[in-house]
Amino acid sequence: CSELSAGAVRGAGKSRESESENKLDAETASDSESKSEFGGSAPVPTSDDTPEVLNRALSNLSSRWKNWWVRGILTLAMITFFFIIIYLGPMVLMTIVMCVQIKCFHEIITIGYNVYHSYDLPWFRTLSWYFLLCVNYFFYGETVTDYFFTLVQREEPLRILSKYHRFISFALYLTGFCMFVLSLVKKHYRLQFYMFGWTHVTLLIVVTQSHLIIHNLFEGMIWFIVPISCVICNDIMAYMFGFFFGRTPLIKLSPKKTWEGFIGGFFATVLFGLLLSYVMSGYRCFTCPVEFNNDTNSFTVDCEPSELFQLQEYNIPLVLQSVVGWKTVRMYPFQIHSIALSTFASLIGPFGGFFASGFKRAFKIKDFANTIPGHGGIMDRFDCQYLMATFVNVYIASFIRGPNPSKLIQQFLTLRPDQQLHIFNTLKAHLVDKGMLGSLEDA
Amino acid sequence: FSNLNDSMVTGFSILWKNWWIRGILTLAMISVFFLIIYLGSFMLMLLVLSIQVKCYHEIITIGYRVYHSYDLPWFRSLSWYFLLCVNYFFYGETVADYFATFVQRREQLQFLIRYHRFISFALYLTGFCMFVLSLVKKHYRLQFYMFAWTHVTLLITVTQSHLVIQNLFEGMIWFLVPISSVICNDITAYIFGFFFGRTPLIKLSPKKTWEGFIGGFFSTVVFGFIFSYFLAQHQYFVCPVEYNSETNRFVTECEPSELFQMKKYSVPPLLQAVLGWETVNMYPFQMHSIALSTFASLIGPFGGFFASGFKRAFKIKDFADTIPGHGGIMDRFDCQYLMATFVHVYITSFIRGPNPSKLLKQLLILQPEQQLSVYKTLKSHLVEKGILQPSLRG
Repeated sequence: CSELSAGAVRGAGKSRESESENKLDAETASDSESKSEFGGSAPVPTSDDTPEVLNRALSNLSSRWKNWWVRGILTLAMITFFFIIIYLGPMVLMTIVMCVQIKCFHEIITIGYNVYHSYDLPWFRTLSWYFLLCVNYFFYGETVTDYFFTLVQREEPLRILSKYHRFISFALYLTGFCMFVLSLVKKHYRLQFYMFGWTHVTLLIVVTQSHLIIHNLFEGMIWFIVPISCVICNDIMAYMFGFFFGRTPLIKLSPKKTWEGFIGGFFATVLFGLLLSYVMSGYRCFTCPVEFNNDTNSFTVDCEPSELFQLQEYNIPLVLQSVVGWKTVRMYPFQIHSIALSTFASLIGPFGGFFASGFKRAFKIKDFANTIPGHGGIMDRFDCQYLMATFVNVYIASFIRGPNPSKLIQQFLTLRPDQQLHIFNTLKAHLVDKGMLGSLEDA
Repeated sequence: FSNLNDSMVTGFSILWKNWWIRGILTLAMISVFFLIIYLGSFMLMLLVLSIQVKCYHEIITIGYRVYHSYDLPWFRSLSWYFLLCVNYFFYGETVADYFATFVQRREQLQFLIRYHRFISFALYLTGFCMFVLSLVKKHYRLQFYMFAWTHVTLLITVTQSHLVIQNLFEGMIWFLVPISSVICNDITAYIFGFFFGRTPLIKLSPKKTWEGFIGGFFSTVVFGFIFSYFLAQHQYFVCPVEYNSETNRFVTECEPSELFQMKKYSVPPLLQAVLGWETVNMYPFQMHSIALSTFASLIGPFGGFFASGFKRAFKIKDFADTIPGHGGIMDRFDCQYLMATFVHVYITSFIRGPNPSKLLKQLLILQPEQQLSVYKTLKSHLVEKGILQPSLRG
């Protein structure tokens, strides 16, 4: 049934397109224009994908409650799944992030195909996946080489791949670019350029952010878990507060959101973040950077916890003393950072959601896809996460740690001797200045 | 008959007039190019920046025309705002390295440098939130298209112009030879095509021919070879650009690296018979120039085809009308962008390692304990390699 309608839409799209290619400047893409070539077709119908099992179990309830139950069950299922993955370790997490990334890419590209009726140009699918492969290869090469440094240096082919990594990635990308240029077909130029642009913007959004998530993960699993949990918590809390107290609408884009939900969600998320980080900071497996152990060939999380994760006494400001009744409180410094993360998740994270809502309205789709019953596609769940991942990465780079010392040493070793000497002397002068190196040289 | 004669004469004179205008403007642009080179690196940087802004403006204007989005005034502000953000980010990342000593002296600049990524991200986020808040009911799709158009344009023009500037700082020769090779390829491919052209090259650009393509390739390689020979002799072109904090100017003065020192190469026996020499004195850089010219001739034109396809897709004849007879700035620079990225990747992969000043800057940001441990590692490494004498204290 859906194939038939898709076929009809495709046929109509083709004739509309060739006719509109002859139009000169009469190009409008506003939503009210129904005969525009950008797919003024009906929105893709979202069929009921609920599995049979759930259908039978909930056949008694009315459809509204059924929807609520389906959403609830799926939410719990996803959260449980999340915990299982955390338990299984960094390697599995990385794989999951990779799968989510590919699925999101696939969803957005499919929307592009639907919008532009470009199923008939088979090159696109190949080219889109090829570009995804190239960009992933580039990013994984850049990050993985740092973490797997000793492993890479040992294996000869890996060493060459890593030394000329940028050149190889660029050559791969160029091949894709030239294939695109050669694939330009006479009546479909504009379509092809749109898909090219669509692919690149999608890559920019999906792939770069998923790699930032992996960067954060390597910093310590707590930097991965706390931000994601805060966004999920904010989603749920804002929904509940809105459900019970919601009155003033927040933004025209998403009529269901309310100011009460927004503010309630904010406070609830900050509190949740504080509690969660308190619990997690006690465990080394969450707070230590992930390292690759060359001897055991596996990931280890074992280290001396940094001062971020050591309990400290903080003086409570006088304002709060009367409220809380304590003079000092023992907290992890990380909890202060978690306030910043939760604040971002509650205040700015929703803008990612509004962006996705606007996108869905612009292209007249209800959900990104139908992967998760009751929730829509993977993208629907992850739209707020992307801004969060970038923020956490920038936050870590700016406020938590500086550059990676081992990476710096690696780069140093590739310099010329005279450059090495110059840097060494400058560093030495700086250390002497700071009083770190006295007149007694013992190193 | 006289009408026919008149129209023939006017037609003929129009053809010549167009040709003359193109010729004169070509010479004018080349002269401006030489003038700017003479004026130095700083002027070149400004020139690159102006070209980038103009290219961006041209492409965005095309977007406005395609989508009739003049009525949504937010877009223009937002587009220019995003351009500012991305430029701020890139200039902060690269320029800060070169002006390290200058920056160290001033407190406020130090703060800006230290939190540079965070500040850039905050600025970008503001723009993003403004975009979301500016979404208007009937114009969602339009606004999203312009948002995407802006970002793709930024990706193309801004990142590549910064790569051009980074190549420039590596040494002006890394800026001049690639650009000249692309221009030379354009001109010689046109000339070869004009005289010998017969087999069309690609449906996208019906005027291009295989004869032009191949002839252009060989002439560009020869041109690059000869041109680099001349440039490699002058320190002005060969030395990395450095900022002298005392004189507050850019200086290009150094000991030329081994790339720019004459070496004897044995001519392979194949060519010996042809040329009659057994060895030849060349700069190693000339070998690299062959790689650069090859790229300029073989892959560079794809940038041109891409731009041609783009113009056909959006039914425009030229990007703009800035240069009489030639079109817009983008029309002149479409092949250059791929070249700039290639040169940058080439340099980082084959020529030099990481940037020493950037490395130093990162070292100085580390925690003192980390600095100390790095210092010890470096010292042991240098002693091992014999670069540092272990007996001396330091």
